[in-house]
Amino acid sequence: MSISRRKFLGWMGAAGLGTAFGSPAHAAANKHFKGYPESLGVLFDNMLCIGCRNCEAGCNKVNELPPPDRPFDDLTVLSKKRRTNTKVFTVVNRYDHFKGIKNPLFRKIQCNHCLEPACASACFVRAFTKTKEGPVTYDPSVCVGCRYCMIACPFEIPTYEYDEPLTPRIRKCTMCQPRIIDGKLPGCVEICPTEALSFGKRGDLIKIARERIKKYPDRYVDHIYGEHEMGGTSWLYLSGVPFKELAMREDLGVTPAPELTAGALSAVPMVAGLWPVLLTGLYAVSKRKEKIAKIEQQQAIASTLEKANAEAESKLSKALAKAQKEKAAAISKEVKKALEEAKKTQEKEGS
Amino acid sequence: MSEKAAAASKSFFTPFNVVAGIIVIIGLILTALRFTGGLAAVTNLSDYNPWGIWIGFDLLVGVALAAGGFVTSAAVYLFGMKRYHSAVRPAILTGFLGYALVVLALNYDVGRPWRLPYPFVIQQGTTSVLFEVAACVALYLAVLFIEFSPAALEWLGLRKARRIVVKLTLLLTIFGVVLSTLHQSSLGALFLIAPSKLHPLWYSPYIPIYFFITSIIAGLSMVIFESTLSYRYLSHKMDETHLKEKNDVTLGFGKAASYVLAGYFAIKVIGISAGNHWHLLGTSYGLWFLVELFGFVALPCFLYAVGVRDKNLKLIRWTAVLALLGIILNRFNVCLIAFNWHLPSSERYFPHWMEIGISVFIVTIGVIFYKFIVTRMPILYKHPEYSDSH
Repeated sequence: MSISRRKFLGWMGAAGLGTAFGSPAHAAANKHFKGYPESLGVLFDNMLCIGCRNCEAGCNKVNELPPPDRPFDDLTVLSKKRRTNTKVFTVVNRYDHFKGIKNPLFRKIQCNHCLEPACASACFVRAFTKTKEGPVTYDPSVCVGCRYCMIACPFEIPTYEYDEPLTPRIRKCTMCQPRIIDGKLPGCVEICPTEALSFGKRGDLIKIARERIKKYPDRYVDHIYGEHEMGGTSWLYLSGVPFKELAMREDLGVTPAPELTAGALSAVPMVAGLWPVLLTGLYAVSKRKEKIAKIEQQQAIASTLEKANAEAESKLSKALAKAQKEKAAAISKEVKKALEEAKKTQEKEGS
Repeated sequence: MSEKAAAASKSFFTPFNVVAGIIVIIGLILTALRFTGGLAAVTNLSDYNPWGIWIGFDLLVGVALAAGGFVTSAAVYLFGMKRYHSAVRPAILTGFLGYALVVLALNYDVGRPWRLPYPFVIQQGTTSVLFEVAACVALYLAVLFIEFSPAALEWLGLRKARRIVVKLTLLLTIFGVVLSTLHQSSLGALFLIAPSKLHPLWYSPYIPIYFFITSIIAGLSMVIFESTLSYRYLSHKMDETHLKEKNDVTLGFGKAASYVLAGYFAIKVIGISAGNHWHLLGTSYGLWFLVELFGFVALPCFLYAVGVRDKNLKLIRWTAVLALLGIILNRFNVCLIAFNWHLPSSERYFPHWMEIGISVFIVTIGVIFYKFIVTRMPILYKHPEYSDSH
């Protein structure tokens, strides 16, 4: 369900169909994904863990990892805070001196196999898969090596083969997916001598955990870590002390990682759909402004020209009229003169 | 290389050539180390710190500083500000080289660079913000290449091809703005998935918008900065129009940058308010946040405004440098300094000198290509045979 929803979201983003269906983040908001039904998980109870490192040895063996820096029966390494790396998929750290608890407590670290994994959501080539059995698996045959999964993982689990020049892979716990399919237990669970690790259906494990808290309320903190953290994980934890004191983060929230980016992704088709309209509109406005300015300019030129023409014409006609008048006056003057002269000559001839 | 051959007849050992040559040689050695020894041989990256300065600087800063292309072409071709036309070609060229170098840098950072097309051709991880970034950057690089091509086609004398490309200007500009909006903001959205790792003063649901708005500031400032450098070293390549419009561009872009910085300051404060993170301002990270906000957002906003009011070009040019440093600081804060703030200092990242070396090498390649192209193609001047264009 989760996968198909994320796929759905992606397809809509890719095809720009978001406009037609609205934001998938909101569409899914009234549904709560509780993980694949019947999916498997592991419950770690730190009140039962004795810090023997057998789980580390079992993991090393079934995953055919290189031999450890210090042999697995050397328990002095427990006091140093260690993390997983490309050669170690699980580690156990020891925490001492708790009020009211005589013995030290231990914390086991490995991939938590989120119900809606951040790594799978962040991977741009879909190298991670949340299988319906529960494990989150990784496919090195498509991995580009961008390490965005490591940025995304809230538990800082994926590790990277930095010393591989050309074929680096992400390395992490697989919850022994191949063994689970064969009906076997994960390596760490199988070897654990104290039942600090219980393997089973996640739903059943939550019931078992609740039962233990109910039965021994003084012994356990009333919280199952992993039931809701980051939308829930396939690995679950019971503890005798607040998880914070085992360096497990209590501020992760319950929002599954894919939802953190769903809003931003759902904006993509909106921008792709509306930006061209807006920009073309702005272009049209500036173009029209330019056109109007040009027309106005032409009109201004035309009207000035007209005015100038009219003025010139009126000047000309005035000048013409004046000239005509002058001409007429001159003619009449000449005529008069001629007439007078004629008269004179007549008078002369007559006398 | 042909540039060097051409210059050989004169004096080959100019200060520029010597410095660039040394950097290129060191860069090639570091490249060999990277691809024989892996990332561990040349970087300080770790399982806690998977991204270093090749992402923080080469990708995040590189893409932001290359925003001048979309900002300038939008101003001129879409918003009709034709008086800045002479700024378009240098900005597009810087953008194109910027994106090309971002992709080059990614080839060093990712584990198997030849698989970079896999997200498109093998399996599409469309739920990933990184998928969107990759798709948009790839498409935009192609757009920038086409937008840049008229200069090269004029240089090569291919009139027919040039005419076709020039006809596409409007379409390409719109496409470029859409793609830039998407991937500039998505670079910020990359960090939305890690609220538990990024300090709350920098983590915000608005981070995609912050990244987009700062890219506009970066684009405007970069055009001013780059035009200053070009004038200083390449003014003999500029034509009259370019020289005449140069100061207008500085004033106009400075004014725009001042406005955008003011808006950015406002939405940053709104972000603090929306997250109710006021109490964090008193912590050491809070003081650092205030240094960024006042020293590298409010201050350049004010100085740009004063510079524009007084027509003080020198002040505007120096403010552009300050604004660009602010962008670099912001990207470093988000990706490196405020990221993994919860870890003890022993687990924090500081770049190896060889990482810095590769980044310097890549920037140097950019400068060499810019110089090569600008001294040959009509970037800072109009080709006399194509003066009819636009």
